[in-house]
Amino acid sequence: MNTLSTPTRDGLRADLALISDWIAPGTRVLDLGCGNGALLAHLEATKNVRGYGLEIDPDNVIASIAAGVNVLQLDLDAGLGQFEDDSFDYVVMSSAIQEVQQPHVLIDEMLRIGRDSIVTFPNFAHWRMRLSLSWYGVMPSSRALPNRWYNTPNIHLCTVRDFEQLCATKRVEIVRRHFVNHAHRAHAAMRLAPNLLGEIALYQLRGGS
Amino acid sequence: MEATAHSIGLVEPQTLHVDDPLDLDCGKQLSQFNLVYETYGTLNADRSNAVLICHALSGNHHAAGYHSENDAKPGWWNKCIGPGKMIDTNRFFVVSSANLGCYNGSTGPGSTNPETGRHYGPDFPVVTVGDWVRSQNLLRAHLGIDRWAAVVGGSLGGMQVMQWSIDYPDRVAHAVVIASAPKLSAQNIAFNEIARQAIVTDPDFHEGRYYEKGVVPRRGLMLARMLGHITYLSDDAMRAKFGRDLRAGRINYGFDVEFQVESYLRYQGESFVTRFDANTYLLMTKALDYFDPAYETGGRLAEAFEPATARFLVISFTSDWRFAPARSREIVDALVDAGKQVAYAEVESDLGHDDFLLTMPHYANTMKAYMSRVAAEVGA
Repeated sequence: MNTLSTPTRDGLRADLALISDWIAPGTRVLDLGCGNGALLAHLEATKNVRGYGLEIDPDNVIASIAAGVNVLQLDLDAGLGQFEDDSFDYVVMSSAIQEVQQPHVLIDEMLRIGRDSIVTFPNFAHWRMRLSLSWYGVMPSSRALPNRWYNTPNIHLCTVRDFEQLCATKRVEIVRRHFVNHAHRAHAAMRLAPNLLGEIALYQLRGGS
Repeated sequence: MEATAHSIGLVEPQTLHVDDPLDLDCGKQLSQFNLVYETYGTLNADRSNAVLICHALSGNHHAAGYHSENDAKPGWWNKCIGPGKMIDTNRFFVVSSANLGCYNGSTGPGSTNPETGRHYGPDFPVVTVGDWVRSQNLLRAHLGIDRWAAVVGGSLGGMQVMQWSIDYPDRVAHAVVIASAPKLSAQNIAFNEIARQAIVTDPDFHEGRYYEKGVVPRRGLMLARMLGHITYLSDDAMRAKFGRDLRAGRINYGFDVEFQVESYLRYQGESFVTRFDANTYLLMTKALDYFDPAYETGGRLAEAFEPATARFLVISFTSDWRFAPARSREIVDALVDAGKQVAYAEVESDLGHDDFLLTMPHYANTMKAYMSRVAAEVGA
């Protein structure tokens, strides 16, 4: 997934570096939409993690194979029924939730398969988005969401409040959350008004109904 | 012969003669046998860059290169094995052996039975994928190879790859399973049975002793191949290649060849008869039918894979309906369940099962990315 762009830390895209910080060493990780396999390759190299990545794009699959990652070319929209309950320590979905057919079903599946789930998504209620729509009257696009309305792969965009309402409905425990700007930096104001100021949201989830 | 820059050029088959009896799954023994094989590329100093190629139903040891300057066609996987190709002979020492029961290669039904002085014919024991792997392991030892950098195979060859990973985990670093299945479906077995019936009911079959009668069950073998060929091609590929094109340009209201597809199938069947043996066809289809590594584990494939230590690459093709992607996903799911290292690519394709013999970019690049890592691991 390419909606979160370029800044890096330790040679790793900054949002992936943040996710990596949340993952304990020696665990099993399933990465949904693993892209070029950078997160899993990093986790395997630095944290002795046994990871598997799901990816649909052939070029990304090849890049993941070149990175030595256990990438499986599968469609998230086809479901994850083949994975056993509690078979992973973490199920990660980085900036992919807005591209799937049924995000709520996929979150249920993540919580079923993983002890913990980590979800990141671009916050559609960021003030720039609000401004685009309310003031300029156009469908919002941003550095975190660069596509236009007609060519966007993002079919289920949501806001921080939307996401937390879904978690409440599903009785999902939010273990922790973090908000950053498009350069993946956080500042204090984001914690006070994440739905207005956070561009990218990161959540660690557990449990569920 | 094609230009040599991307080809191995001339190759010569070699023979390993084994005098120790080989115990077979069926309970019988082969008291002595030959394994015929070819090698391409150079074995490195620490003997770590060897790749074993496992062939499919109609294959043999001749996977790449040419046997003579006058050969019209190279080995069966020449597109994928050679300098700079998917299986790069500049980096790997590639070994390709003919399975027991083969024709014109390793000992098979057309060979002379040392106990009777006659052709084995129907007396050649029914061999399994496990038997093949056991015999190939003797070849490995003979070549002084401690561990294959990779074992690679498509279709029936992919089954051998899986068997290798289970039976000799210490001997396989990477297992590449292409267009294969963890076991045949009832439909697969049904097609095989029709093929076998076509052969054994041919009046020239003579209970498998046709060699001695100086005949071959041509019609049966031809029908078997025609049937098989349909299952190797996708509906779309046949439509694109032949449509409803008529050979004479008009309908003749008769039973001769009229549609191009009929002409093609007959040609495929007839040319197969000249290069393949009916008893071998029977044996190969039986080995396919019997393959089921989860048979011993109550149907639990993940448990069957438990001993494996290799890293796996599994590849399927979207237009393959003989061993459809769903069958490869069964393998992948079992490997994930068993906690094994596995990558899986599902290649968008048109032709069908035979796509594994070709070099579409997604397929070739997937293989090259993987094999390049294999090579790097062994310093090749």
